[in-house]
Amino acid sequence: MANEAPDRIAELRAKVAAELPNVDFVLGYGRGFDPLHATPVTVRNVKDLDKLIFDPTCVQNLATSLYGVRGKRLGVVVKGCDSRSVIQLLQERLWERENLVIFGLPCEGVLDLAKVRATLDISTVRAVAFAGSPRDGKVILTLPEGQRELETGGLLADKCLRCQHPNPLVYDHMIGAELAPQGAEDTYADLAALEKLSTQERFDFWKRQMGRCIRCYACRNACPLCVCKHVCLADSREPHWLSAEATLQEKWLFQVMHALHLAGRCTECGECQRSCPMGIPILLLKRMMNRELRELFNYQAGVSLDAIPPLHTFLMEEDRIKDRGLLW
Amino acid sequence: MPDMGRDYRIIGFLCNWCSYGGADAAGVARFSQPTELRIIRVPCSGRVDPMFVAKALLSGADGVLVSGCHPRDCHYTEGNLYARRRLELLRRFLPIIGIDEGRFEYIWVSASEGSRWRDMVTRFSEKIHALGPIPRMAEAAHTLCVLDGMLGVSSAQPDMWTAGDAGHEPRRDALLHMDDYKEVMDGE
Repeated sequence: MANEAPDRIAELRAKVAAELPNVDFVLGYGRGFDPLHATPVTVRNVKDLDKLIFDPTCVQNLATSLYGVRGKRLGVVVKGCDSRSVIQLLQERLWERENLVIFGLPCEGVLDLAKVRATLDISTVRAVAFAGSPRDGKVILTLPEGQRELETGGLLADKCLRCQHPNPLVYDHMIGAELAPQGAEDTYADLAALEKLSTQERFDFWKRQMGRCIRCYACRNACPLCVCKHVCLADSREPHWLSAEATLQEKWLFQVMHALHLAGRCTECGECQRSCPMGIPILLLKRMMNRELRELFNYQAGVSLDAIPPLHTFLMEEDRIKDRGLLW
Repeated sequence: MPDMGRDYRIIGFLCNWCSYGGADAAGVARFSQPTELRIIRVPCSGRVDPMFVAKALLSGADGVLVSGCHPRDCHYTEGNLYARRRLELLRRFLPIIGIDEGRFEYIWVSASEGSRWRDMVTRFSEKIHALGPIPRMAEAAHTLCVLDGMLGVSSAQPDMWTAGDAGHEPRRDALLHMDDYKEVMDGE
């Protein structure tokens, strides 16, 4: 990838340049405030093209920004996982396909900065270079004390380790060659570990986790599918689902609400958990919901544009749901 | 936590057309029933937002029972069929947040099934008694604050980033067991 990457960025820039007259702006990745951070950038004219980058530091899901600028004609750069959020937005008719130009980038994985942070102090990193593919290559970090090489594989986000869709599922321009899925089958091992605990222990686990929530709502704001932020039930006084009290109960109910409102919609892009400043493993709740959806309705969100969301339909005789009324 | 003899609180969401009638029929027939159930009448089981159940359970209800018309019998033709999918998903979701799956149940009772209603309610309420009161959140939150010093270090810090010899060590999601704060609880 080290040799191929400049070509890919050149290709991306060329394709974005070709589409610029047709769109209001293009949303892509640019270098952030330090070498380990990427940031979303808008490309409005040819001069902005140099800002565009793509490498394993491009962790953000740019689909999150789409709903806020609906009504415009937009280009957006997506990875495989981000394209699922786009599909979900299109499926729910929250965006029109004809107003969206999608630049798809096959992706081998992005870094989890929490994992990097666990190894070294990232504020001291001065330069970052990637050698080889993210799966088996190295990341070379320039630190004040010299260079340090780390295996990229060990620093990839968890979602990348179980990635089944490295190639964007919806796109107008595919940039670079398509990749074969390298992720392991998702066995939901994290959920299984949690399920080994007793109910009381699980309650205590979440009490501990939710207890440190500061109600910043970064999880909600980072979620590409939380599209009713302006009328969110968490802020509403009528109905008054949540009060402004900083009690465990309110924090917990908010997270349950987030999971419930994402049932059948969440594509597990992991933005909620990544953006959480307190490191609360909230993606677990959504994964639980997704696992059960898969088991009950054999459904995965954001994979097909034509799929009917399972909670928007029903069968007169459900195959997998036993009649509760007769069980006990 | 031992049962301190407090009253159990079970919330029932009953559809107007079948189950509410069924509960009424049970009353008219003078069946003896457990008294813990607080009934909330809703237009249809399809009206029951899973959030109703989540809010009830997280606010300290010991159990939640949703009852509607039998499938195919819905007054609005299909309300209970949508509800069935939603409620089944919710039922499977609740255990992960540490709420016993037995605390939430959805059943179908028609307006004429007074005795079936009595049986269902009796059995559900027995099940809740067997499970005991729902873990109390309010006291525990207070206890956590006492433990950590509410305005000082948040309970997050110790297990988020442990400062080790080599700078930072990875986050470990520590469990806090009842035993850890039992003394504080007893003191309260």
